Amino acid sequence: MSRRWARNQLALLALIVLAGVVLAAILAPHLPLADPDTVDTVNRLRPVLSPGHPLGTDEFGRDLLSRLVWGARVSLLAGAATAAAAMLIGVVLGVWSGYYSGWPETVIMRLTDILMAFPYILLAIAIVAGLGPGLRNAMIAIAIVGFPIYTRLVRGIVLSVRGREFVEAARALGSTDRLILIRHIVPQLLSPVIVAFSLDVGAKILATAGLSFLGLGTQPPTADWGSMLATGRQFVILSPHVVLLPGLAIFVIVLALNLVGDALRDFLDPRT
Amino acid sequence: MRSYLARRLLLLVPVLVGVSVVVFLVLHLSPGDPAEIMLGSQATQEDLQRLRRELGLTEPLHVQYLRWVSHVARGDLGRSLWMKRPVLDEVLNRYKATLVLTASGLLLSTLGGIALGVASAVRPHSLLDRASAVTSLFGASMPVFWLGIVLMVIFSLWLGWLPASGMWAPYGGGDLRDLLAHLVLPAVTLAAASLTIIARLTRSTMLDILSQDYIRTARAKGLVEGRVVFRHGLKNALIPIVTVVGVQAGYLLGGAVLTETVFAWPGVGLLMVQGILARDFPLVQGCVLVIALTFVLINLAVDLLYAYLDPRIQYE
Repeated sequence: MSRRWARNQLALLALIVLAGVVLAAILAPHLPLADPDTVDTVNRLRPVLSPGHPLGTDEFGRDLLSRLVWGARVSLLAGAATAAAAMLIGVVLGVWSGYYSGWPETVIMRLTDILMAFPYILLAIAIVAGLGPGLRNAMIAIAIVGFPIYTRLVRGIVLSVRGREFVEAARALGSTDRLILIRHIVPQLLSPVIVAFSLDVGAKILATAGLSFLGLGTQPPTADWGSMLATGRQFVILSPHVVLLPGLAIFVIVLALNLVGDALRDFLDPRT
Repeated sequence: MRSYLARRLLLLVPVLVGVSVVVFLVLHLSPGDPAEIMLGSQATQEDLQRLRRELGLTEPLHVQYLRWVSHVARGDLGRSLWMKRPVLDEVLNRYKATLVLTASGLLLSTLGGIALGVASAVRPHSLLDRASAVTSLFGASMPVFWLGIVLMVIFSLWLGWLPASGMWAPYGGGDLRDLLAHLVLPAVTLAAASLTIIARLTRSTMLDILSQDYIRTARAKGLVEGRVVFRHGLKNALIPIVTVVGVQAGYLLGGAVLTETVFAWPGVGLLMVQGILARDFPLVQGCVLVIALTFVLINLAVDLLYAYLDPRIQYE
């Protein structure tokens, strides 16, 4: 009991951190922050707690706090949007292949098999190689690589629900496929998909940051946490904070997302 | 077992075809024109057209694919546009470094993960168990490239214990000691996340198994605890562990791209990233193909290991 209470406290703390970061990211234009792209070479690589720059400055003298907050907008949005896109594609294909058997099922399942025959990040990198570096293309790549997990999850549930009595009964009463799907099958998917999604946003933030770190995601001068890490890397000897801070930001936000996701799973899906 | 092996090898064919189609399509449907990239923006229309014909880019896509596959099957992965050398030579050259790194990462994460998992399961809710739970949460949330940089800052820059990058010392190195010294930080970085996942899975599987009746019987017979845990417990827990180790091997191959970039480790991953930034399609294609093939073979090996570990699996 006490362990559960401690876990809930931790999840609550994570939720507060998450809400704070999301709020700061949304309100970034209205916060009293320096311009994130203004270059000030005289004040380059200032340490933490410098006057006017609470978290110091980067190699171009740009305010790190401001870049971290503006970077949160890009990183959070990219993570949430790619996870949402992967979920949407995955759920539609999963429902389709689970409910209707025949060639669409075969095609969809073989496609997911092939996509899963690649290491996750490798395929994303290969797709970005084809589409060309950039945040939009990196997001497309990660969404493509991410949907098969949802397809498999959803297909499994639909397959098990399809033969249950209440679906048979609905069919016997003359319900159309559309009605059965919307009223009886989709509600069964809600909690597992919400849980998977909440845990996936963090993974997608890590993946986008990874691509940006390799120079394949966000392009300068736009700041996201991954690209800040990549450019700051050259100055790690002189000013480790330029690299440590964006990494810490990614770490804290993904940790918070994982904690909230875990708590959500305990709440929505107590069997697992 | 022999017929299972034959069937499993036969099943490789559609997977390999699928992998090759994806690798081919990803780079051939891309917006860039290889002829323009090779000749630069100064090239005339006639030159571009001639090169496109020479490269076979004017032919239908399926003809291009079949020709590419027939070349690949004969070990010809084309020539790198950037290095002006055969892609296969360059990729194989770097492949050894990637294998050394990935294999060390896998070994470290498997041995460390199993040891930590067993120790946590034998004494659940102990200090070690709780520390391992916290570490696994951290491991799943930490960007691998950031962990690499943090380790590099601490152990190379501040403490000066280990070299910061590369695979060999520029001067006077070249022996096993030199290689190991360079390998420690990248291997630990790569292994960290997988180690925590393997540890958590080993813990939960072992907890499940240690509460079974036959374990109680083994203890009642008077067997020493070590024998109960390892011989009766761990051996039966190995099937799910092998599954997750196989999955982790794939993650490690992918993670190697990031780790190699952080530590300038001269592997296929670093080569691939350099190839992408130089828009060198044949090189990227070769790198992706080689890593994907390795992944497919690892999955095959994991499937075969099941049969070895659990004779009840008949694969009918």
